[in-house]
Amino acid sequence: MGSEMDEMEKERRTDDREGYLAGARAALPFALATLALGISFGMLARSLGWEPFAAIASSVLVCSGSAQFAMAAVLGSGGGPLAAIVAAVLINARFGPMGVAIAPYLRGGPFRRALEGQAVVDASWALASRGGGRFDREYMIGATIPQVVAWIGGTTAGVLGGNLVGDPEKLGLDAIFPAFFLVLLVEEIRRGGSALAAALIAGALALMLVPFAPPGVPVISACLAALLGLRRPS
Amino acid sequence: MTALWIAIIVVAVANAAIKASGPVVVGGRELPPWATAAVALLAPALLAALVVTQTFSEGQRLVLDERAVGVAVAGILLALKAPVLVAIVLAAAVTALMRIFV
Repeated sequence: MGSEMDEMEKERRTDDREGYLAGARAALPFALATLALGISFGMLARSLGWEPFAAIASSVLVCSGSAQFAMAAVLGSGGGPLAAIVAAVLINARFGPMGVAIAPYLRGGPFRRALEGQAVVDASWALASRGGGRFDREYMIGATIPQVVAWIGGTTAGVLGGNLVGDPEKLGLDAIFPAFFLVLLVEEIRRGGSALAAALIAGALALMLVPFAPPGVPVISACLAALLGLRRPS
Repeated sequence: MTALWIAIIVVAVANAAIKASGPVVVGGRELPPWATAAVALLAPALLAALVVTQTFSEGQRLVLDERAVGVAVAGILLALKAPVLVAIVLAAAVTALMRIFV
């Protein structure tokens, strides 16, 4: 009995390891773009007069490109810390619903779940989506690791070493992120159901809100489109 | 403590709390069927919102620039069943070339 349990445990660990590795591999191309973005964040932070330690610490502690760019933009244009905090929190509010979606697939007690929830970043969460609201925990955690390494490494290189990649915009790197999300969106839509309708409503809602709401609000508001799922199936 | 450090630490704590909230509150429970149905549409909804905001906005302005062409090229390639990596690389390449030559 005991040895049978051991066998099962061993098998689960092997499966887990394969899941982590598969996720990490899937995220590698995206990690390259994250690296370039990290470098440009480091360069921006230095140009705003942040101490290198503060820039690197922000990438380690916050570890969220969109929120950190928002913070830097507010502080750099003369805004106070409160405005910077509000901007960053609004931008990252989308991780709330993402965390609810993945919650049933995480493991352990509240503390461990809270810790595993930190692995939620846009690309990993979307890569780990298996349709019908199902998620692959190991794949998501595995996919986050190379991105975190790339983000912190990129920030460090950018803030200490300066311009290694040239202007990321000149390289068209800012098109990589929406193109990547488009790839994942197409996969979601191909799974059928109401995905296309939800995507169209969410996209339209987000676009309409851009001129009127602070950055972050259009994306989180677009979650309302998911309420389409509450309709009774006809 | 400087404004910068205050901002960094508060955002770090808030961000961790946002990410922890779902997993802690929902725990290991299976979501009820109605919630699962909504959660199933979160991915397409959030992805669509990320695509349009990262393609067509700059801060609070709606813009139509080289990025839109690059992302459109990726969309066409995907519709033609091109490999994913090709679509993404060409999106960046087209965007970069447009910025140089147009």
